[in-house]
Amino acid sequence: MELVKPSIGLIFWMAVSFSIILFLLKKFAWKPILGMIKEREESIESALAAAEKAKEEMKALQSNNERILAEARAERDTLLKEAREIKDKMILEAKTTATKEGERMLAIARENIQNEKMAAITELKNQVATLSIEIAEKILKSELSSDEKQKSLVNTLLKDVNLN
Amino acid sequence: MANKINIFKHFLVLVSIFAFNTLWAYEPIEKEHNAAEVHEVATTEHGTEHESTGFDAGKMIIEHVADSYGWHLWGHTSLPLPIILKSDKGFDFFMSSKFNHGHDAVQGNYNYRIHEGSIVVFDELTGTVDEEATAKITDISITKNVAAMLFSMLLMLWMFIKVAKLATKNRGKAPSGLQSWIEPLVMFVRDDVAKPSIGKHYERFMPFLLTAFFFIAINNLLGLIPIFPGGANLTGSISVALVLAAFTLVITFVVANKHYWRHVFAMPGVPLPVLIILTPIEILGLFLRPFVLMIRLFANITAGHIIALAFFSLIFIFGEMHAGLGLGVSVLSLVFTVFMGAMELLVAFLQAYVFTLLSAIYFGAAVDEGHDVHHHHDHATDTAHH
Repeated sequence: MELVKPSIGLIFWMAVSFSIILFLLKKFAWKPILGMIKEREESIESALAAAEKAKEEMKALQSNNERILAEARAERDTLLKEAREIKDKMILEAKTTATKEGERMLAIARENIQNEKMAAITELKNQVATLSIEIAEKILKSELSSDEKQKSLVNTLLKDVNLN
Repeated sequence: MANKINIFKHFLVLVSIFAFNTLWAYEPIEKEHNAAEVHEVATTEHGTEHESTGFDAGKMIIEHVADSYGWHLWGHTSLPLPIILKSDKGFDFFMSSKFNHGHDAVQGNYNYRIHEGSIVVFDELTGTVDEEATAKITDISITKNVAAMLFSMLLMLWMFIKVAKLATKNRGKAPSGLQSWIEPLVMFVRDDVAKPSIGKHYERFMPFLLTAFFFIAINNLLGLIPIFPGGANLTGSISVALVLAAFTLVITFVVANKHYWRHVFAMPGVPLPVLIILTPIEILGLFLRPFVLMIRLFANITAGHIIALAFFSLIFIFGEMHAGLGLGVSVLSLVFTVFMGAMELLVAFLQAYVFTLLSAIYFGAAVDEGHDVHHHHDHATDTAHH
């Protein structure tokens, strides 16, 4: 067979079988292979995008966390401050109440003491009066025990009473 | 260091492959020699003996790169292939072994004989070719090239359907096995051939581009294997190159839009007198492009085979002068053939790439929608995005 002369037989078989193999490969090989490659590329791309997105979200989450932490810290500080204030106030109140109560009790005690004192003084006065009367009685009795004494007394008294 | 050893190992493998190739090449030449002698003894007188026993390098080379009716296996053994002949008297169907390596005639509807490599109608009485009757027969035999083509196609079907199955199995996962060999090539054709040359409509051309790429590449490689079932110079056959180029031409014509045709028949912005000259050139160009595609593939592959065979022929040409000289030259030939073999490995893929790339560029031109700057800018960003 000549080298540069196309042969009908080979052209015929080549055209027929190449058409057949083109059809068969297109249907059973290239379509699934190209499909898979594309699918995989897309899945890789989406996976990369998802990773990027997750990174962004992570970043956002982190800043959010920091914000929450800062807020919590601030709130804790306020709470502590408030508690301290309440404590101070309570102590102050308690002190005031205690002082007042003490003063009130002191006042009552003082009043009682006064009353007791007064009662004691009154009783003392009464007893002194009784004693004075008893002494006066005893003196009178002794002064008036004899006639001479009665007469001297009358004289003395009469002496004092200058008839004016 | 390990890398160096590795490279050396690969080199040794390559050398041994082509050394084997060389050994193989001896056989047909030997046979050729014997056949020539037998023929000579049978037919001619002593006067021309010296001339006809000489080693004919040209004949040997052409017989190796051309198609044949049987598939030479080893020594005098060939695989017989079916001969199918259509003539005005109907079909003839017989095996190529009936020709007995071209020594016998076969009686079918006509008396057939192999003459200068092709089947002719032979008139045994006058001992001449019956040209008139030969013109009536159409030879659609399963020749060596057809058989090699069918084999390569079965191989491709098996290979790529297997890859497709693997791809379906490994859905969304990393490729495995044969798939990881084929996928990079598929992606190469898609990303470096189809996408940049065709643009956004590339997907509809992928089946043809991939089939053509792998058909050419696989047959180029099979052509480099000297033993059965390789060894057929299929892609270096002009008929095969012609059909492949015709596919490109037909596809281009089918998909071409009106923009493309306007550029062929009436180039916008070109004055009428110039158009009278330009349009025929453009029309010629339509056919010239696939024609060049055909010639390039055919010439590249055939040339590679011819050069490799020429180096072997040197051994016999010098060997005829002196046995020692032939032995000396054989070392040189071997080195050159190893080099050529390595070149052809490269060319095998290169030609597949070039054919696919140029086809893709023609398709791209056929489906291109306009030449304004804005559109091209869009296009560039479009492809960059994908």
